[in-house]
Amino acid sequence: MATATTAQPAASKTALRHRLAERGIDRNLLLLLPAVLFVVALFVYPFLYGLQLSFQPQPGMDAAKQYGTGPLANYRLFFADSYLRDTIWTTLKLGLPAALFNVLASVPIAYRMRGRFRGKRTITTILVVPITLGTVLTAEGLLTFMGPTGWLNKVLLNLHLVDDPVRLVHNYWGVFFSLIISGFPFAFLLTLAYLSGIDPSLEQAAATLGAGWWHRFRHITLPLLAPGLCITFCLTFVLAFSVFPSAIMVGEPSRQTRVISIAAFHAQFEQYDYAMGSAIAMIMGAVMLVVIGAVFALRARFYRGATGGKG
Amino acid sequence: MPAIEATRISELRLDHVSRSFGGKLALDQLDVTIKGGEFVALLGPSGCGKSTALNCLAGLLPLTGGSVWLDGKRIDGLQPEQRGFGMVFQNYALFPHMSVRANIGFGLRMHRTPKQEARKRVYEAIGLVQLEEHADKYPAQLSGGQQQRVAIARAIVLEPPLVLMDEPLSNLDAKLRLEMRTEIKRIHQTLGLTTIYVTHDQEEALSLADRLVLLRDGQVQQIGTPEEVYTEPVNRFVASFMGYRNTVELPVTDAKGKEVTLAGDGLTLTGSRREELGDTAVAAIRPEDFTVSDGPNAIEVTVEVVEYHGREEAVQVRTATGNALHLRTEARLAPGDRLTISAPPERVLVFAAESAAAGSGDTANHVPED
Repeated sequence: MATATTAQPAASKTALRHRLAERGIDRNLLLLLPAVLFVVALFVYPFLYGLQLSFQPQPGMDAAKQYGTGPLANYRLFFADSYLRDTIWTTLKLGLPAALFNVLASVPIAYRMRGRFRGKRTITTILVVPITLGTVLTAEGLLTFMGPTGWLNKVLLNLHLVDDPVRLVHNYWGVFFSLIISGFPFAFLLTLAYLSGIDPSLEQAAATLGAGWWHRFRHITLPLLAPGLCITFCLTFVLAFSVFPSAIMVGEPSRQTRVISIAAFHAQFEQYDYAMGSAIAMIMGAVMLVVIGAVFALRARFYRGATGGKG
Repeated sequence: MPAIEATRISELRLDHVSRSFGGKLALDQLDVTIKGGEFVALLGPSGCGKSTALNCLAGLLPLTGGSVWLDGKRIDGLQPEQRGFGMVFQNYALFPHMSVRANIGFGLRMHRTPKQEARKRVYEAIGLVQLEEHADKYPAQLSGGQQQRVAIARAIVLEPPLVLMDEPLSNLDAKLRLEMRTEIKRIHQTLGLTTIYVTHDQEEALSLADRLVLLRDGQVQQIGTPEEVYTEPVNRFVASFMGYRNTVELPVTDAKGKEVTLAGDGLTLTGSRREELGDTAVAAIRPEDFTVSDGPNAIEVTVEVVEYHGREEAVQVRTATGNALHLRTEARLAPGDRLTISAPPERVLVFAAESAAAGSGDTANHVPED
C-alpha cells in the first residue's frame, strides 16, 4: 500500500512531462530565451515606443502648428506636404528598379554558374567581394571612377564618344549604381543557393523529352526558382528602400534622391522633432510591408514544395 | 489499336564509344549493335561505366571517342532534345510542380502535338501504367512505385525509338522492385520498345533482358544472351558476377584437353577450362553446385555460418587451410559441423588468374554475338 502511494505522484509527474513533450514543450525551449529577449529589447520595444511617439506631436513643431496636437497630426503633415510625401515615390523609384535589376541580373549569371567548373570559386569571389565594401568605400569609388573627371569620362572624352562629361554621380544614377554594387552580390548568392537546390536531373529529363534550353528554363527551372526569387527580391528591396549614405554621397539629397530616410533623419536629428521622425519611420515600414505583402501574394500562386536537389 | 506504339527502328550501332573524365577512361570502346525491339541490359558493378554509356546515348554527356548510329544516321552530335529518346532516371526526375498528367504530357507539349491527340496519348499512357486514379495528383503525393510508373509513362508516351533506363528499380523496396520488374517486362512486351537498361543487379538483368553487356572498369567483358552469360561466363570476373561465388586460385598441375586439375593448399579440384591458362588458375563454383556428400572434388570443411533461406540454407564453410567456401543445401547444418562436400567436374569452371579481358577488352570478340 505504502509503495503504491509513493509511486503514484512520480508516475503522474513523468506523465505530465511526456504530455508537455508531445506538444514540444521541454527544457530545450529555454534555448530560445536569448533570441526572444533580443527581439523584445531591440525590436518590439523600440517599435512600439516609436509607434506611440508618432501619435504624440511635439508642441511647437510644424505638425502641431498646422494640425494641432491630435494623434494623427504628424501623419497629416507628411501626406499634405508634397516635399515629404514625394519621398515615398522617390525611394520606390530607386528601390524597386534596383531590386528588380539585382534579381533579374543574378538569374542568368547564377544559372550559368550552377554546375561545377574550374574557376567557379574565383568568379564567385569576384562577384561577391563588393558585399564586403562599405557604402562609403563604394561611394568614393563611384565618385573617382564615374565622376566628371573620373576615368570613365576621361576615356569617353578621349575617344570622342561624348563632348561633355556624362553625369553619372550626384544624381539618380549614382545612387542606383551604388545600390546595385552593394545589392547584387547578395541577390546573386541567394539565387545561386536556390538554383543549386533544384535537382539537375529535372532539366536533363526535360531535355530528353525534347525541351530546348529556353523551354527547360521557362517550364522547369523558373517555376521552381520563382518562390526563391520572390524572397530574394524582398530582401534586396528592403536593403535598397532604406538607402541613406549613398543617397547623400553619390546622389542629389536635396532633390532627385531625397529618399524617405533623409526626411526621417532631417526631422529627427536636424529639427529634433522625434514624433515626426517616428511617424516617417512608421510610414517607411508600412510602405515596405505593402510591397513585401504584394510579392508574397504573388508567391502564393507558385509551386513551393520540394525541388529535389540538395537545398 | 492502341494510341501508343513504339517507333520501329532496325538497329542502333555503338561504334567504339568512349568517354573519359579528366584523362581517366570511364568507358573504353564500347562496340555493340542493338536490334529494333531488343531489350539490352548494361550490367556491372558501380563505377564500371554503364551509366556513363547511357548518358552518352541520351546525349547528356558528349563522347570523347567513337560514334553512335541510328538506322545508318550518325546521332552522337545531336543534343538530347533532338534525339527523342525516352529516359527513365534513377531518382525518377519527375517535375514536382506538375501533376501526373502534366508530367506525362510535357514531352508532347514540347513537340507541339495537337491537343486532341496529346490528351488521347496521355490517357493511354496513364492507363498503360495503371495510374488512372492518380492522374491529377502531384509527384510528392505518390509512392515510390507510382512515381516510377509516371517516369516510365512520361518516357514512352513520345513513342521513342529507344528507351533508356538508368537503374530504375534501385530506389524501391524489395517487394515493389519485383512488381515493377514484371511491369517493365510487360510494357516492353506490349509495345516492343527498343530498350537499354542499366543495372548492377544481375538477377534483374537476367530476368528482363534479351541480351546482356557486362562491363568492368569501362571495358566490355562479355556480350550474350542471359543463358550464355549465366552458363558460360568468359572470365573469372563475369563468373563471380554471375553467381559463381566460390573462386579458388591454385597452381595448375594437369591439363588434358578441356579438363584441368588444380592442386595446392590441401585442395585438388578438377574442372573444365574456359580460357588460356597460365601457371595458376581460378576454379569457380556456384554455391548450389556443391553437394554435401563424398564424390569428385571432395573437400573436408567445417561449418562456420548458417543462414536460413526457407527450403535451403546458405552455408559458409572453411577448409582446413582456411579457405572460405559458400554452398547452398537442403541439409540442416549447425556451426561447428565437420563434413565433406563435393562438386561435379563439369560444374567447376577454370579461368585464367589474370583475366585477359581486364587488360585488353578483346574477350568480347570471341563470344559470338547471337
